[in-house]
Amino acid sequence: MRNIFLVIRREYLVRVKKKSFLVMTVLGPLLFVAFYATVFWVAMGSVDTKTVQVLDESGLFRNKFKDSETLKFNFIDKSIDSAKAAFPTSDANALVYIPSNVIKAPKSVRIYAAKNVSLDLKSDIEKVIEKEIEDIKLAEAGITHKILEDSRVNVSSETISLSPEGEKTSSSGAATVIGGICAFLIYMSVFIYGTQVMRGITEEKTSRIVEVIISSVKPFQLMLGKIIGVALVGLTQFILWILLTTAFTSATSAVLSNGISKESAAVAKEMQKAQIPNQGVPGGHVDNPVAEVLGAVASLNIPLIIGCFLFYYLGGYLLYSALFGAVGAAVDNDADTQQFMLPITLPIIFSFVFAQFVLRDPDGTLAFWTSIIPFTSPIIMMVRIPFGVPAWELVLSMVLLVLGFMGTTWIAARIYRVGILMYGKKVSYKELVKWIFYK
Amino acid sequence: MNIIEVRNVTKEYSSHTALDNVSISIPKGCIFGLLGPNGAGKTSLIRIINQITGPDSGEILFDGVPLNPNHISRIGYLPEERGLYKKMKVGEQLLYLAQLKGLSQKEAMEKLKSWFIKFDIKTWWDKTIGDLSKGMQQKVQFVSTVLHEPDLIILDEPFSGFDPINANLIRDEILELKQKGSTIIFSTHRMETVEELCDHIALIHKSRKVLDGPKRDIKEQFKTHTYFVEYKGHLEELDPIYQILDQKILEDGYLRSNIHLDGDATSNALLLNLVSKVEIRAFGENIPSMSDIFMKAVNEVPEA
Repeated sequence: MRNIFLVIRREYLVRVKKKSFLVMTVLGPLLFVAFYATVFWVAMGSVDTKTVQVLDESGLFRNKFKDSETLKFNFIDKSIDSAKAAFPTSDANALVYIPSNVIKAPKSVRIYAAKNVSLDLKSDIEKVIEKEIEDIKLAEAGITHKILEDSRVNVSSETISLSPEGEKTSSSGAATVIGGICAFLIYMSVFIYGTQVMRGITEEKTSRIVEVIISSVKPFQLMLGKIIGVALVGLTQFILWILLTTAFTSATSAVLSNGISKESAAVAKEMQKAQIPNQGVPGGHVDNPVAEVLGAVASLNIPLIIGCFLFYYLGGYLLYSALFGAVGAAVDNDADTQQFMLPITLPIIFSFVFAQFVLRDPDGTLAFWTSIIPFTSPIIMMVRIPFGVPAWELVLSMVLLVLGFMGTTWIAARIYRVGILMYGKKVSYKELVKWIFYK
Repeated sequence: MNIIEVRNVTKEYSSHTALDNVSISIPKGCIFGLLGPNGAGKTSLIRIINQITGPDSGEILFDGVPLNPNHISRIGYLPEERGLYKKMKVGEQLLYLAQLKGLSQKEAMEKLKSWFIKFDIKTWWDKTIGDLSKGMQQKVQFVSTVLHEPDLIILDEPFSGFDPINANLIRDEILELKQKGSTIIFSTHRMETVEELCDHIALIHKSRKVLDGPKRDIKEQFKTHTYFVEYKGHLEELDPIYQILDQKILEDGYLRSNIHLDGDATSNALLLNLVSKVEIRAFGENIPSMSDIFMKAVNEVPEA
């Protein structure tokens, strides 16, 4: 036990003392904050007003296009040809041509622009026109404006999850974001730290120190010590990231909030588009997006999520790093690792791809199975947890994950103990299987 | 008393047998030469003694008891393929290796200090291994092997990579360790080292032990009962019990012959015989060198 501890300490200290660790620790949160800030910046940047010329031959829309913060409408009275000719010299971004027969032929509306107009602009304009034509047609059918106003209600639903502890407001939007972030972090960390274990083992093998070490330490202890040491490096990094990111973001958002309250509506809209497309996020009137997000996050079971995150990070990492370690032991140098990497990386990449689908349907069959199978569960289960997962599924998944990494560690240890003393031999899969069953 | 007793050890790998029913005794306090051509099975045996691998059958006794993990701290091992963590600092690395061998940090520190003074390498403490020359790395590795003052030191080709000055330094250290009571196993191809340092030897060839025992007994066993003589004059007729094997002219005009003695004939009688016939400059028995013995023993083994 003492030796395992010594190995863990060395593996940990060597990595934590590296400059690259320090750089990543500081840079990680900075990148995150930079990303966060960029989203706001982009959101605010797009607030600059676009001018749209409207040539309305039908005369129906004269007062219907309302200037907004992002769009300013200029009505012009020219023939379409002269308007088109004058357009390049004007400072307008687009020219909307509404022919006189628009009610009968709604598809005849044209938008002219120097470049392609954005989808936003197009849909904004279409919406106004559609609504007007609709109103006109309804009026023709005898429905007055008053009835119309009364019939329009604004539904903004709140999703309430029913659980034994009682009702609580949940936010599928926040759950999506949190689930996505957790899945991404686990995906990245399994890759980064798994490869570190592999590199470390290959390094010991190529520098030939391994023979000295295993004359003092059992190969299994050395392997386990390395895996645990690197796991702790990962944990340290995460904890530092969480602390630093919290510090940075609270500083950044304090600065940004002032700007936000002015542009809140536009920003909230942009944020929804940028981060969580196609999701039923409670939209509409948002007064302060920061408060909204914080409120939504608070509605989730944060301690459970953090606990599960740590569990699935460790479980997923242990499962895969053992396999990465076996690869490191089987080859002579980094360049030869490629042939064995694919079968290990595929399930990780697949689970990340599955995660996108699971985000949309967190209780489906795919979600269930992939969150139970140990090779995909670390990523998929983390996607599901913010949405709520039945306890038995969680327990089953966790038990299988523990069994899974015990299994991979066993296999890895068998390969490792033969591989580390094997030099100058290109190893095949067949050979690896043989190693596993050596006495 | 033997520090190591190898009893009927067999070790097989999938494609070949590395050790075939090998038994070797290594007496305490000696320098033991473990010899054999490449691929004979020496490294396999060393790895078994180091508990890196286990034998398929047979057993090993360490100091009279079956080998167990507690013995690891009593063995120091310098593998043929040297290696240290390239990016780790010399001091940290030696501390780490010493602690793995069971020393406390404090003990290790004290011992390291005296070695650093002894080898005059105090300035290396904070250097990374990668910055040292190969010879310097070897020195560090040697220190790591003997730092915990093991009872048994296993050195696989200890002098490779050392210049003559450092090789001498290491040789003196080895002799000093022996003086202090350590047993040293040498695995080497350099017969001059064996000649100079070893008390006992064992020769492994094709996975089998073909020879072992005290060096002087083995030399005795391989004696050819021939004597050489350097002389001037004619040496043609001698008693038939003395068989002149060859004759060659040396650069300075003297002749040199090897003479084989039959049965009970003594060197004194031969000398008397020679004195009457030629002018003798030198006379002596041909003692087989270790390298002669090695070649002979290896060549005598029938093809498996």
